[in-house]
Amino acid sequence: MKNIFHKCFAALFAATILFSASSCSESPSTSPTPEPVASDGGKLRLEFDNVVGDKNLVLNGVTYKNASGEDFIVTKFNYFISNIKLTKADGSIFTVPQDSSYFLIKEDTKASQFVTLNNVPVGDYTAVEFMVGVDSLRNTSPIEKRQGVLDPSGSMMEDGMYWAWNSGYIFVKLEGSSSKGNPVNGKFYYHIGLFGGYNERTVNNTRIIKVNFGTLKAPVTLSQTPEVHFLVDVLKVFDGAATNIKIAEYNSIMGGQPEKSQQIANNYLNMFTLDHIH
Amino acid sequence: MKKIPSIIFILLSFWGCKEPVKEELEPVKTGPTPLAWVKPAGFPEPIYDLSRNPLTEEGVQLGKFLFYDGILSRTNLIGCGTCHQQAAAFTHHGHELSHGVEDRLGVRNSPAIQNMAWNKSFFWDGGVHDMDLVPFNPIENPVEMDEKVTSVIEKLRKTPNAASKIPVDYPKMFKEAFGTEEINSERMMKALSQFMMTMVSATSKYDYYRSGDANAFTTQEKDGLVLFQKNCSSCHEGVLFTDYSFRNNGLMPMRNNDLGRGAITGNASDEHKFKVPSLRNVGLTAPYMHDGRYHSLEEVLDHYTDSVQKMPTLDPLLIQPNGKTGIPLSSRDKQALIAFLRTLSDDQFIRDAKLSDPGIGNAF
Repeated sequence: MKNIFHKCFAALFAATILFSASSCSESPSTSPTPEPVASDGGKLRLEFDNVVGDKNLVLNGVTYKNASGEDFIVTKFNYFISNIKLTKADGSIFTVPQDSSYFLIKEDTKASQFVTLNNVPVGDYTAVEFMVGVDSLRNTSPIEKRQGVLDPSGSMMEDGMYWAWNSGYIFVKLEGSSSKGNPVNGKFYYHIGLFGGYNERTVNNTRIIKVNFGTLKAPVTLSQTPEVHFLVDVLKVFDGAATNIKIAEYNSIMGGQPEKSQQIANNYLNMFTLDHIH
Repeated sequence: MKKIPSIIFILLSFWGCKEPVKEELEPVKTGPTPLAWVKPAGFPEPIYDLSRNPLTEEGVQLGKFLFYDGILSRTNLIGCGTCHQQAAAFTHHGHELSHGVEDRLGVRNSPAIQNMAWNKSFFWDGGVHDMDLVPFNPIENPVEMDEKVTSVIEKLRKTPNAASKIPVDYPKMFKEAFGTEEINSERMMKALSQFMMTMVSATSKYDYYRSGDANAFTTQEKDGLVLFQKNCSSCHEGVLFTDYSFRNNGLMPMRNNDLGRGAITGNASDEHKFKVPSLRNVGLTAPYMHDGRYHSLEEVLDHYTDSVQKMPTLDPLLIQPNGKTGIPLSSRDKQALIAFLRTLSDDQFIRDAKLSDPGIGNAF
């Protein structure tokens, strides 16, 4: 009791209402880690708009066709975006702090497709870089560093993005059905992970995406939040420069086929295109 | 006039400070009681970082209940202790392969839970590198507990449940261990790790011999030790009796062609390799090998003398200079080796009440 009184009276003497209010609101009951102070904090939003070629992606309904002429319906499309860096017109780079730089984009959850970056220094941005997947450092971090979308508790049968038996995150999860799907239920399952291995080198399916805004720019001001709108093309998961993945040949690609999963990773490297900035 | 703003100030300050005042009035809790973790003499430094998860009496107690409670499984019947039973050095005695929910059979033999603090990786294939991430695997494996960790957390939050064998109040136990009633995966796994850190086996007959009591061993056991050092200790190394490496010891693959380490790394050179197990308590943990194919230590040694299969990834240490596979041992050697291996049984460990089922578990 006494301490609090002292604190309040001290605040009273310290001139402004604003100060006294803010000092008291920082009660010991708030979280132990202080919120970073938004010194020159603007915001920038990245939108990940999932599409199939020139069509919008609709889950569980619309039939699409890949370059191999195979029909398919998408039932699930989730992926991790992490390690975001923004480049200013003057060439300086703003790196989103590690702990705030992991996002799980899920087609069935609209809100997840809008990634809002806070405390972005004011300025005109001309390029963005991010990783598809979760870097090896975070893949081997202690459990206290695995909060929120990185919590390993998620179920594999649902939206889980973590392999419990071969510890590591799934970076991209694409599931659907097709006349070329597996003979049991007609489905195909692509769960792409593998971060390079804990103490022995394995395939690394993280991919760095760099998108230059070209003639466009994203002006961050204290009042204005530019939105960088990406199209993310499911077709590119199948159809790549080097390899077309055929559902008829591979109705399941997971951790057990590292080389095949690597081909998909090489494909999804190219699934992002900048549509517009507003 | 001057006084009015001051009053506003005071009122505002009071209003702003209402929450902390309330907080302050709550009785002061002393928090969980620290528990010292003691490294046995002659053991190496632990791998597990205890500074990130310091042991407390309450944390270990919570971990023990979680370890034995079937609430971790979909059927609420299978706990960790179901397949890791204390009397068998926390293995599933008599089971080549363990059965989980609804008697679903697994593909591997249940490994001993002991001396986990020194493990560099976990499971026969080393697929998990961190103790705190281990429980996710059996909980979510469809042939083990077949449950979601998110569901376990939901179930724990709803305790005490009058229908349980013992109506454990988990929110209260989490509060005692971690300060608040919040139950999340980090706290759950850290409590389980705390308990498993206390599962240290270092009081076998061998340990008494090792610490200077030469009379602890018979002549045969001493002979066995010499043979062991010559023939076995390059893999079953040091005071923990393993070098934690992955090796192919020449077992003919079974029908499921378990690739072991190879399925984790995706490297052909790792196929059919499995982790070298510690031999502590090996006299208590039959059946043996990753698939439980051998039922006695005699059969295990017969494998090493007579049936090591030549395969591309067979460990070079199991190829003799004359090109034959395996380790040459006479039947007298084998008897001495087995006598030595039985000195690694730790009665104190398997009877330690602190590690025992508090009455909540199920064994099948």
